[in-house]
Order: sequence, then structure tokens, then C-alpha cells
Amino acid sequence: MNGALPFIAAAALLALALGFLARRGKDMSLEQWTVGGRGFGAIFVFLLLAGEIYTTFTFLGGSGYAYGKGAPAYYILSYGTLAYVLSYFMLPPIWRYAKEHRLYSQSDFFVRKYDSPTLGVIVAIVDIAALIPYLVLQFKGLGIIVEVAGYGAISSTVAIWTGAIVVAAYVMVSGVHGSAWTAVAKDLLILIVVIFLGMYLPHHYYGGLASMFSAIEQAKPGFTVLPPHGESLWWFSSTVLLTALGFYMWPHSFGSIYTARSARVIRKNAIVLPLYQLILLFVFFVGFAAILQVPGLSGPNIDLALFKLSVKTFDPWFVGVIGATGVLTALVPGSMILMTAATLIANNLYRALDPSADDRRVSLMARLLVPVVALVAVLFTLKGGETIVALLLMGYSLVTQLFPSLVLSLAQRNIATREGAVAGIVAGVATVAVVSLTGANFHKLPWLPPEIQDLNIGIVALILNFIVLIVVSAVTRQAAEPARVAAE
Amino acid sequence: MRNIRWIAIIPFLALIIGPFFVNRVDPLILGLPFLLAWIVVWILITSLIMAVIYAADPANRGNES
Repeated sequence: MNGALPFIAAAALLALALGFLARRGKDMSLEQWTVGGRGFGAIFVFLLLAGEIYTTFTFLGGSGYAYGKGAPAYYILSYGTLAYVLSYFMLPPIWRYAKEHRLYSQSDFFVRKYDSPTLGVIVAIVDIAALIPYLVLQFKGLGIIVEVAGYGAISSTVAIWTGAIVVAAYVMVSGVHGSAWTAVAKDLLILIVVIFLGMYLPHHYYGGLASMFSAIEQAKPGFTVLPPHGESLWWFSSTVLLTALGFYMWPHSFGSIYTARSARVIRKNAIVLPLYQLILLFVFFVGFAAILQVPGLSGPNIDLALFKLSVKTFDPWFVGVIGATGVLTALVPGSMILMTAATLIANNLYRALDPSADDRRVSLMARLLVPVVALVAVLFTLKGGETIVALLLMGYSLVTQLFPSLVLSLAQRNIATREGAVAGIVAGVATVAVVSLTGANFHKLPWLPPEIQDLNIGIVALILNFIVLIVVSAVTRQAAEPARVAAE
Repeated sequence: MRNIRWIAIIPFLALIIGPFFVNRVDPLILGLPFLLAWIVVWILITSLIMAVIYAADPANRGNES
């Protein structure tokens, strides 16, 4: 038993307790379970949307990226901000449409807009293929955090199983209400811990930010600006654009829009979320502070920078507090992902096969699927090797392929047809899959100018997707035109 | 007043095109490398821009539908 363990255990118990309490006074219909009865005010919607920023990926990965690669990490700050600008205009019409038609999932949205159950199934499959690796990443992060912050007293395997059981239990009981309540605790804790670490560590080790960045510049010239090749300016800008478009295409983010009580709640959040995003700056400071204090981490180990430096600097009890925060950053997004994946399988795959199933049956089905999805993710986490990493890199590019047909469907007159949407998404997803699985990139085409070589290859898939969508839509509309005239 | 929403394009220009002109370390601004400071300042301005758009948007006035 060491000083850190009580805090880590308390985080798991707190999540469990809040998760169960969240259910009180609600009859858990599918509407309540998956979209909170569409009654969440500004704070809950804010926390659900912000919850996606502060995952284990940002906590470990954000600091690790700054530690290992320097300036390219800044892209995380930029793309979120631009996604929030888009959200002001894009989300209210989505919210309104979802409310009018009582939609539960992202897939439902496509089914309705394009009047195509087939498209719904395709979207659901793309979503699930992107969500499972994302959940695996949360579990993996959880394992690392508990093992390091607990000074090795708890193995990562035990931590992963425990975390999965806790999160599956409260998601089954409380659904999105559980996510919202635990998000309150998580964001309070992360706000305090990250800002403290980001201010204290540069001061403690360097005497301030300016001297820290000067010291880094001395030791590693050019580390805090974008390099001329590789993750260069061209990489940076194309990646910021691509990920800003993809941000709200994640089905669990998309689903959290549905929980809002009004469109105004969403618009208001577009003002505050960019500011909230700045907490990431403090995460970067931790990573930068670690560069000269815990040197030598490389490869996947760069993600340990924050905890290695914390263990070196603080007493065990405080490392325990940081660990507790880390546990919550895994559990809260994990709960959203778990609920979304279970809803997609029950509502958009199972119901597509058996259209007679009523909401009650689908609701029961979704809840029973929660432990199943959690189990699959745990097995992938424990057994999965490199394939999971490849899948994860694919995840963002996969969901981004939904962007063109989604945005076009918001226009008064949608120029995309059902066939166009299906063809575009399939073309985009296939490109992403081929590129990810073969490891292709522009650097393999040396005759291209270096600027183009550095572009994020996801852009290609998106452009291809868009072209196919437009061409197929034009062709199918023309084919449909004479038939419609004849019918009249 | 509806046209004011077009100022939402400015953050995109600043954060996607802007870095090409400010990719340097010096001068440090409030201790931050210049590129990082540029991004941080633009995040603050973006929040302001969204507040202006919100205030000017007739959809946010009166009773909520």
C-alpha cells in the first residue's frame, strides 16, 4: 500500500457512485438513456462536448507529443478552436432536425435525410469501426496511468478490467446521465490539476516559461517551431483543416448534440469552448518541462512524460491525485463511447434487421450490449498488437468521410442523392483503409514537390469522396429525372 | 447585420494560413515561442468573434423556440 493508491481507488468509486446516482428520478427509456431526454442545459452539454477534448489521449498524448515532437503538438489547440467556430453554424440545424424526428444516433440522421436504411447501416459500421479502437485507447491509457501512478502496485491488466467493469455498470444503469454527472467531477479535477502542473513545473525547474523555452531552444534548436520537412507547415495546416472538419463527425460527439435543450445552448458553447480549450496549453507546458528533466523517453514511451516527471517531482499522495484525474479522463469519454457504440448496434444494426422491434426492445438490447462491447474492447486492449494502433489512426480519417454528405444534407436543396452519398462515403472509407493498411503516403512519391509530400493524406480521401459524391449524384439525378416526369 | 457572421472566416485564415508567416521562436511573447503565442492569441480573439456573432444573431433574441 502506498500513498497514491487511496486516491486512485477513490476516483473509481466516485465515478461509480455518481454514475449510479445520475439515474435518480428518471424512467430510463431509450430517449432518456441515450440522449438525456433532450433536456440538458448549457453546463451539461458543455461538459459532454468538452469531455471529448480531455481524454487520456490529451492528458498523456498531448504532453507526450509536446515532449517528443515539440511544435507539431500545437495542432491540437488549433483544430478544436476551428471546430467550435463551425459548430455555431452546423450544429443547431442538426439538433433541430434530430429533435423533430426523434433521432437517437448519427446513423439515424443519415437514414432520415437520405431516406435510406442502407446508408444508415454503412454509417453505423463506419462509426463502430472508429469507436472501438478509440475505446481501446482509453482502456490502454487507463492501464498505463494506474500502473505508473500507483508505483506498480496495481498491474495494468487489473486496472483495465476494473475500469471496464465500473464504466459498463454505470452506463447500463444511467446511460448519458451517468456520463454527464461523472464529467462534472472529471472536469473540475482536471482543471485544477492541469493548470497547477502547467504553472508549477516550468517555475520549479526553470524559473519561468521564458527561461524554460530558452533552455529548450538552446538544447534543441527549432524544437518549438514547425520543422521544414515532415511535420512541416504544410502538414500542420492540412491536418488542422482535416481534423476540424472531422471533429463533430465522431458519433459520440454528434450524439451529445442531441442532448441539448435548445439550439441556443449549443451556440453559447461556441463562445466558451475555445477558451476552455486553452487548458491544453498547460498540458503542453508539462510536456515541455519534461524534455530536459526526464530525457530519453522515445517511441510510445513519450506518453509517459507527464507521469515520469510527476513521480520525480511530487510526493506519492499527489501523484495519486494526478492518477485519479487520469482515471476519470479515461472513464468519462469511455462511457460516452460505450453508450454510443451500444446504441448504434441496437438501434441501427439490430433494428435494421428486425424493423418490427419497438423502442423498448431496442433500449433493452442496447443496455445488454454495453458489457459485450466493453468486453470486446478489453480483449483488444490486452491482446491487440500493432493492428489496433493502425485502426486508431484510421478512426479520425474514417469519421471525417461522413462530413461531405452530412454538410450537403443541411442545405435547403441537397445536391447529393442517396446513391451519391453512399458512393462518396464508400470511396472515402476505402481510400482511408488502403492508405492506412499499406502505410502509403506522399513521401513514397519522390517526384512530388516537398510541400505536397507533407500534406495529410486524409485530404486525398476526402477530396476523392467529394468528387465521387458529386459525379454519382449528378448521374443518378439525371437518371431519376425522366422517370419523375413520366410519373407526373 | 446578418453579414457579420462572415467574420467567422477570420479564425480559419489566422490558424490555417497564418502559421506560414509566423513560424519562428523569437521574440518570446509572455514567455511563449512566437508561433505558440500567435495561436493562443487567436484562440482568444476567436472567442470574442463568436461572442460578437452570437450577440448580432437574431436567432438568440426573444423567446426560445
